[in-house]
Amino acid sequence: MSSDLVKLLLTGTEETLYMVLISAIIAFCLGVPIGVLLVISDKGGIFPLLKVNKIVGFIINVIRSMPEMILIIILLPLAKFIVGTTLGANAAIVSISIGSAPFIARIIENSLKEVEFGKIEAAESMGATTFEIIKRVLLPEALPSIVRGITIAIIGIIGFTAIAGAIGAGGLGSLAIRFGYQRFRTDVLIGTVVILIVIVQSIQLLGDFIAKVINKRRFKFE
Amino acid sequence: MINVENVSKTFNTPNGKVEVLKNINLKIDQGDIFGIIGFSGAGKSTLIRCLNGLEKPDTGNITIGENEITKLNRRELRNARKKIGMIFQQFNLFDSKTVYENIAFPLEISGYKKDKIKERVEEILDLVELSEKKDSYPLQLSGGQKQRVGIARALANEPDVLLSDEATSALDPQTTFSILELLKNINKKLNLTIVIITHELDVLRYCTNNMVVLEEGYIVETGDTESLFLNPNSVTLKKFIKITEGFQKKRNFAGGEGI
Repeated sequence: MSSDLVKLLLTGTEETLYMVLISAIIAFCLGVPIGVLLVISDKGGIFPLLKVNKIVGFIINVIRSMPEMILIIILLPLAKFIVGTTLGANAAIVSISIGSAPFIARIIENSLKEVEFGKIEAAESMGATTFEIIKRVLLPEALPSIVRGITIAIIGIIGFTAIAGAIGAGGLGSLAIRFGYQRFRTDVLIGTVVILIVIVQSIQLLGDFIAKVINKRRFKFE
Repeated sequence: MINVENVSKTFNTPNGKVEVLKNINLKIDQGDIFGIIGFSGAGKSTLIRCLNGLEKPDTGNITIGENEITKLNRRELRNARKKIGMIFQQFNLFDSKTVYENIAFPLEISGYKKDKIKERVEEILDLVELSEKKDSYPLQLSGGQKQRVGIARALANEPDVLLSDEATSALDPQTTFSILELLKNINKKLNLTIVIITHELDVLRYCTNNMVVLEEGYIVETGDTESLFLNPNSVTLKKFIKITEGFQKKRNFAGGEGI
């Protein structure tokens, strides 16, 4: 019994970590450029494209206003188209990454908007291109804030995978529902909760640590 | 060197249109230190930002050297800016980069090779007397040191012109003095044209050769600094002189020693 518990929890953890990792990577690849686009295309930005900005902002708000469960269901046909099935971790990754990308875009937008405009203007006055400003000024200047934002986003993605577990994605969420809830296995339920707490705490600690290291380097007095 | 012809600029604000610059004409010679003074809102910031194309005038022409700034496309303007350095009141250094990396930035985006960059940065660090701070980050520096880095960064690309946007306004008098000394030195050493905008009379008196007075978007007075100070005509300049003298009298009255 206890070895069966360990085995269940191990597979669940493994599936959850897999989903979180892959979804996070895809969501960042989608979300970061969109977040950058939101900032530079805004009024007074370094590459103003007001219409594009409004449209992208609207789409993000539409996706973000949908409850996660409904978003997953809506995106199932897309998952079927991309990975050939609506079940399992890979199908969930499609929904989770697309569902989280708008959240990450907003986080990146917020972080980048904290960068003082004077720094961007200084770079412009030196003849930097838009791309150089993004890569060499905006992103590095906002890095500590971006790291903290990414931490929040990853923790959000963990919650997302647990919900996806309810409709056949596997992972810890699915364990908690199928065993803990439907089969009254309190030990499984407690086990998943403990593991989730450990994962979330570790990610938060790691994120705080990285942000702190970056800040400390910049503030350090000799 | 710098030629400004009939430049006007209007901003649309929520409270209606504001004419910030009205038919500005200026000529600045190669190697001059040129001052633009005016009270807040007189349009001096907008004027200096027109010089490197950060603002686009509605009408008129601006020429710097061979470049007609107002006629350049985006790419040409970027190239022209590489030869126009600018320093700022708030320094605008990159906090994520060391002193060295800040100064290397304009060289990197101009495509210089690493060893050439190193050579140039070290040379310029020496000029602004900050060699021992090259691995520090801006947040570890004092205001005066920050502005020295700002100047070094602006000079890295060997510009023909240096624009100074209230560069000493955030500094204490002693530091202001040392920064102005530095600017004068650079002017002499490199024969660099410097345009200074300021609302500090002492700054103008100390280091500019020629100046204009800006009042509500108009140039109301222009000439060499010394004769303008001896014989001010515009309301703005008279006011500036009166206020500054007033401070000095008060300081003497209070038994202060002045600077």
